[in-house]
Amino acid sequence: MSEDNIKKFMFVNRKAPYGTVYALEALEVVLITAAFDQDVSLVFVDDGVYQLRKGQQTKGIETKNFSPTFRALEGYDIEKLYVEKESLQRRGLTEEDLLVEVTVLDSAAMGALMDEQDVILSF
Amino acid sequence: MKLGILINEGPYQHQASDSAYLFCKAALEKGHEIFRVFFYHDGVNNASRLTEPPQDDRNVVLRWSKLAETHHLDLVVCVAAALRRGIKDENLAPGFRISGLGQLVEAGIQADRLVTFGD
Repeated sequence: MSEDNIKKFMFVNRKAPYGTVYALEALEVVLITAAFDQDVSLVFVDDGVYQLRKGQQTKGIETKNFSPTFRALEGYDIEKLYVEKESLQRRGLTEEDLLVEVTVLDSAAMGALMDEQDVILSF
Repeated sequence: MKLGILINEGPYQHQASDSAYLFCKAALEKGHEIFRVFFYHDGVNNASRLTEPPQDDRNVVLRWSKLAETHHLDLVVCVAAALRRGIKDENLAPGFRISGLGQLVEAGIQADRLVTFGD
């Protein structure tokens, strides 16, 4: 694919991993976008930060625990993961609670990063 | 301007499809191009020809089919999301087609703007 066809795709994950299907189906789009050799970044804000929480157990609600997929993203050359600082703080979480390495940005920096994108998909 | 449209919510439950429809109509009237309308999450339910709203209500599915026919719109339903929710070729409304998520990515690449309707 030529350089002209590479766009900056940002996926903004705002919702908790379970309870609704948004997070799971968002991840499906992320993987396909990477397969199209696009410049992919993921953002986690609001309850979306829970998607990256370590130690998820879903047996009790009989749904698939898809959190291991986040660890596999590196294999798809998806390495840009950003988490909003304020969202973590409000939920009493720190970087140590997350299952992958991320860059923590405050909301102003996150806004600036969003400004640089070509396509923003918000789930 | 070349526009891509993403609809993430089902008909009647949520206003997303109504707003997207009105947006597309207005954009077409102003001479803009709709590259593709992509239906994802519960948005795939907008493509069910089995939908039967009461007579005094708008017919969300039929409106899309008619708009597609008039303006040769490409209405694409995500296959994975559709199969999960029982949307298949046999109950697909006219003007819709089932395809992969790659069609959404392509819309993002080709369109000047990708506009999302949903929560």
